[in-house]
Amino acid sequence: MEMVTLTIDGEKVQVPKGTTILEAARKLGKKIPTLCFLKGINEIGACRMCVVEVKGARALQASCVYPVSEGMEVFTNTPAVREARKVTLELLLSDHNMECPTCVRNLNCELQKLAEELGIRSIRFTGEKHKAIYDDFSPSIVRDTSKCILCRRCVSTCHNVQGVGVISPNHRGFETTIAPVYDMSLAEVACVNCGQCILACPVGALKEKDDTDKVWQALQDPEKHVIVQIAPAVRVSLGEEFGLERGAIVTKKIPAALRRLGFDRVFDTDFGADLTIMEEGHEFIERLQNGGKLPLITSCSPGWIKFCEHYYPEFLENLSTCKSPQQMFGAVAKTYYAQKMGIDPSKIFVVSIMPCTAKKFECQRPEMRSSGYQDVDVVLTTREISRMLKEAGINLASLPDEEFDDPLGISTGAGAIFGATGGVMEAALRTVYEVLTGQELKNLDFTDVRGVEGIKEATVEINGMKINVAVAHGLANARKLLDRVKNKEATYHFIEIMGCPGGCVGGGGQPILSAEERWELDYRKVRGEAIYEVDRNMPLRKSHENPAVQQLYKEFLGKPLSEKSHELLHTHYTPRPKYPEAE
Amino acid sequence: MGLAVKKDPGLEEKLKKVDEMLEKYKGKKGVLLQVLQEAQSIVGYLPIEVQKRVAEALNVTLSEVYSTVTFYSFFNLKPKGKYQIRSCIGTACYVKGADKVLARLEQELGIKVGDTTDDLKFSLDACRCVGACGLAPVLIINDDVYGRVTPDKVPEILKNYE
Repeated sequence: MEMVTLTIDGEKVQVPKGTTILEAARKLGKKIPTLCFLKGINEIGACRMCVVEVKGARALQASCVYPVSEGMEVFTNTPAVREARKVTLELLLSDHNMECPTCVRNLNCELQKLAEELGIRSIRFTGEKHKAIYDDFSPSIVRDTSKCILCRRCVSTCHNVQGVGVISPNHRGFETTIAPVYDMSLAEVACVNCGQCILACPVGALKEKDDTDKVWQALQDPEKHVIVQIAPAVRVSLGEEFGLERGAIVTKKIPAALRRLGFDRVFDTDFGADLTIMEEGHEFIERLQNGGKLPLITSCSPGWIKFCEHYYPEFLENLSTCKSPQQMFGAVAKTYYAQKMGIDPSKIFVVSIMPCTAKKFECQRPEMRSSGYQDVDVVLTTREISRMLKEAGINLASLPDEEFDDPLGISTGAGAIFGATGGVMEAALRTVYEVLTGQELKNLDFTDVRGVEGIKEATVEINGMKINVAVAHGLANARKLLDRVKNKEATYHFIEIMGCPGGCVGGGGQPILSAEERWELDYRKVRGEAIYEVDRNMPLRKSHENPAVQQLYKEFLGKPLSEKSHELLHTHYTPRPKYPEAE
Repeated sequence: MGLAVKKDPGLEEKLKKVDEMLEKYKGKKGVLLQVLQEAQSIVGYLPIEVQKRVAEALNVTLSEVYSTVTFYSFFNLKPKGKYQIRSCIGTACYVKGADKVLARLEQELGIKVGDTTDDLKFSLDACRCVGACGLAPVLIINDDVYGRVTPDKVPEILKNYE
């Protein structure tokens, strides 16, 4: 590798050719402020916060895109540099809706933090503000362009990380707005509700649709039996909102916290995940043995499902007909559980705590009412439940350990790993292997499908049959994998696709990290490893060994893929347009 | 801005020509501007139907196409009239009262700047300096140039295009 030596503020540093000034400075432990920069995703030098002086250069240069050269002399802290950064930031603030104390991103806002770090105490510019759009028609994502700073981090994420690309800078100059075509709502275009744009946003211009009021109301209502389920990935992220390290495991703190908030029962989506494996595992075996449509593709991720409906309708028949774990849980809660407990299902209020904004859309789909009611009433993201707990004065971190309730709170390690990319595949293989061979699986860890690589493949031998599987996470990777299948470049029996990079641990409803922290830490990897630790420490690690699931089949469903299962636990999909229709 | 635009009766025929034009660009990179320019020369403007075809042919998102179309003032989202009026609001014309001329045009035509009349006869745009500052304020209708225009002269000028 060709190396280049340069000096930054008089300090010598040697870095590979092609390195940017920003990266070289980081190597020296120097912090240059950034705003539009999102490592690996948005490196476009748009915001000019990171300007530096380069000796011999005509003007100040954006260090995030300026490559180093031999003998270069850089100054990151001169009066001209400081003043330029301040002017830039003040100009941004002069057109920003500064309602900071009431903003959802208060105290977790990169613009706010930068204003503090740069010592902005007054704004020298006043004038017209851009015409703002507040778009809350989507059940998942709210856009508030009054706070948008046009950094384009969401645009790059939507286009390049997710391969969706429904938002762009429209118009020009002062009128520039990040929006869907014709300034439509996200609800009117082929947005998949994944919420990755929210994670990329440095300010409060993109946020989840807040449904906490509905839950407060239900908790107040003495008529309602309010139950809650919590997704696998939330137990390795909720602690972060209470000052614990990234990926801290708080499985047993969660029941304690949610009981104190007033929920009547605290259950676990991992139960729904085990149930999903029972149905999906048998569906796979059925398709394999009876010449059904292959590859079978998983259907747990509602972002992926909507993506498939908009962009790859030719694969709809490949999708597993299984509902997602959250929806299986809801359908079982308002039928089996209602019956068992002697509670009128119309009085049961099901709340889901999900790492996901797309789940908010999923629970409102017309197919998700097989109990006769909306099976899941409200979905809250990890961020929303953390806000509710804080408002109630409940500090998750300091609570004692407690257990989930019976019977829908009982789960296995196989259910837990649904939270990480590759987990559904691994959980399914554990069960499919034992069902097909009738023998005990010795090594439960299918490590080939674990980890943060974008597309993973493995071949598993079961009963002398070679089963080819593939796993993709992040929808741009899903595109690559599906195109490969479409062009017959690869043949698989079983594919897992998760909408978000890293799987649910990286979901759009999860705690938001600043660009700086994302550069330091692969949070998806850290949370994913925590998920596998949860699995390792579970007494049961195979879905078909879940005693509560076994009981559910015995008492209510009969067997996997039974008529009752089909009625409650399976669904169908709808092709959706890729583009909005002209009137 | 909604999707609804005045219906162009010849649109179907023009879309076929756009499809033919796109054939030679299929899958090519870095040709978006060129393609949009050609498409506009065929259709006269770039309705969503055209943008979708361009997106499909070049394998880019509709969002990227729309973003590009709205960035460049050369591209039109709405059909232009048979007579395209451009009213100069460059510095010289402006100080000579171009804003009042423009206001009168809007009033007479019953449309706003950037719009087209329902009968697709007139479209009205403002432009910056056409290089005839000695004649300020200046009005151009297709290839005809009118100098020293006053608001009161506007109805008379429009009569030439009845």
